[in-house]
Amino acid sequence: MGSEPASEKFDYFEHDADIGVIGRGATPEQAMEEAARAMFLLMALPSGPEPTKKVEVAFEEEDPEFAFVTWLNGVLAECRTQHIFPTTFSLRHNGSRWTGEAEGEPWDNALEQGVEVKGATLTGLSLAQVDDQWEARCVVDV
Amino acid sequence: MDMTKLKQLDSSRWTTEAGADNVLLYGSRDLLESMDDKVLEQITNVSQLPGRVGPAMTMPDAHWGYGFPIGGVAAFDPAQGGIVSAGGVGYDISCGIRFLRTNLRWKDIEASAWSLSGELFQHIPAGVGEEGEVRLSDDELDEMLRGGARWALDRGFGTAEDLEYVEETGTMPGAKPEFVSDMAKRRQRGQMGTLGSGNHYLEVQMVDRVFDRATADAWEVREGQVCIAIHCGSRGLGHQIGSDYLLSMAKAASRLGITLPDRELACAPIESKEGQEYLGAMAAGVNCALANRQILTHLTREVFARTFPGATIETLYDVSHNTCKREVHVVGGIERTLYIHRKGATRALGPGHPALPVPYRATGQPVVIGGSMGTGSYLLAGTPESEERAFSSASHGAGRSVSRRAALKRWRGRQLVDELREAGIIIRTKSMRGVAEEAPDAYKDVDSVARATEHAGLARRVAVLRPKVCVKG
Repeated sequence: MGSEPASEKFDYFEHDADIGVIGRGATPEQAMEEAARAMFLLMALPSGPEPTKKVEVAFEEEDPEFAFVTWLNGVLAECRTQHIFPTTFSLRHNGSRWTGEAEGEPWDNALEQGVEVKGATLTGLSLAQVDDQWEARCVVDV
Repeated sequence: MDMTKLKQLDSSRWTTEAGADNVLLYGSRDLLESMDDKVLEQITNVSQLPGRVGPAMTMPDAHWGYGFPIGGVAAFDPAQGGIVSAGGVGYDISCGIRFLRTNLRWKDIEASAWSLSGELFQHIPAGVGEEGEVRLSDDELDEMLRGGARWALDRGFGTAEDLEYVEETGTMPGAKPEFVSDMAKRRQRGQMGTLGSGNHYLEVQMVDRVFDRATADAWEVREGQVCIAIHCGSRGLGHQIGSDYLLSMAKAASRLGITLPDRELACAPIESKEGQEYLGAMAAGVNCALANRQILTHLTREVFARTFPGATIETLYDVSHNTCKREVHVVGGIERTLYIHRKGATRALGPGHPALPVPYRATGQPVVIGGSMGTGSYLLAGTPESEERAFSSASHGAGRSVSRRAALKRWRGRQLVDELREAGIIIRTKSMRGVAEEAPDAYKDVDSVARATEHAGLARRVAVLRPKVCVKG
């Protein structure tokens, strides 16, 4: 992993000690899903097989920005403890009740290694409409 | 940093229009000029938190952090509504350095360096997703969170002598595992005895030059000697504690009557329920880090025992640099019990301090400034002046000067590994991306940081060490 894989849907931004992730989408939820993708792609590159394993995340949060950080930390913790490297993400909410899923492949040492993300932070945190789409961003601690 | 916003007090101290009672920055002009403006913004924000005693300070290695700058120090008095801040401790609670000295000389083992590096790389779990062999039940995990390095010793990791040279003699008091979330505990189950990645490392070093012969003799440190530095922290558990409490404190701030200049400075009064619960969880996180470094010390000894029969490895000191500690300090001639936040700053107790192991009461506490994998690291000693100047605190590392993204664009991991090999430094890693991000030139000049630390009276240089083998996550 010699460089960051970016796309129109996700990107990265500068922070001295760590790395900022950006997700973009038509809805806040899609932007948060893409930010999760950006975060996991810092750690490893998928080897390509269809997703075979799934984790679920559920939490209560009224503040959408805090919900974004909670989503990233929740999906990270679940995937790490269940040894799954996720490649697809989905997030929904009903009021303050958020539920999400991530599907992927077994996380083993054969995946090309990047840098370990320990979690998402409140630094550089925002969830806002930029032009015609939503953008979710925060710094992740590596 | 925009130097027009600073006022120079002397050759190593700077302040802002807020005045030296509120904001104080340590370092040379060159070091401060190279810092991001965010450092000044963040330390100014810290100075506005309730119950502060003395100025909010930055050490010479400061750089942009989360709420607090990395290299930030601030003291708070519970009797004056003082706060504890999860951001002021940082996510990697009790990240620190276990510094070990050996009875080996580099010239005698140099020929075996490659095989040593391979053995260490095989035996020390490091990198993304790597897990250790220590598996804990729920009850065992709680015992570890209460017992720290002493728990690890009781499980057969390390020697009793190690604990004398670990801060808090290996066990941070006040740990409350019941205030640590289930998720934090789950994240730690497979991570005991692992290095992690990022800027964490295990490094075999050689003492290159001694500056303070008397202190080096007292510490049994000599030129040419092989030493080992283990840099890591509380792994997933610490980060989850930080994340959990940062959010809960941010939500509680307005109810607790605290106006936050930055959400990442989320905090709670020390005497509040929220503050006490965080302190209990944080102490558990400290113990997790101390236990982790104790296990890694044991694993390191196993490798050296196989590779160099007869080698002895002793703990010189284990010092953390992401903590909030309850300490007694003299302020204005009066003893006060304060909560000292050190975010990316090391404690640096001066000679005679009762918390020091007896052999170090004459010299002051060993302080380690960890450098990059291509430059060097410093051993320093705490000074009497540091108590009055910075609540006995000093720099903890070289401090980044180039962001990870910029480093990734500028350097290639494979090329760096080859160049360092040519320079006599063996890098073992599973992540070439990690090597590029941690390129030696992505850090400030560690010599300048050590000199500035000494010049400011925060700690005095004892010796400089050069890296020989580096196991990176």
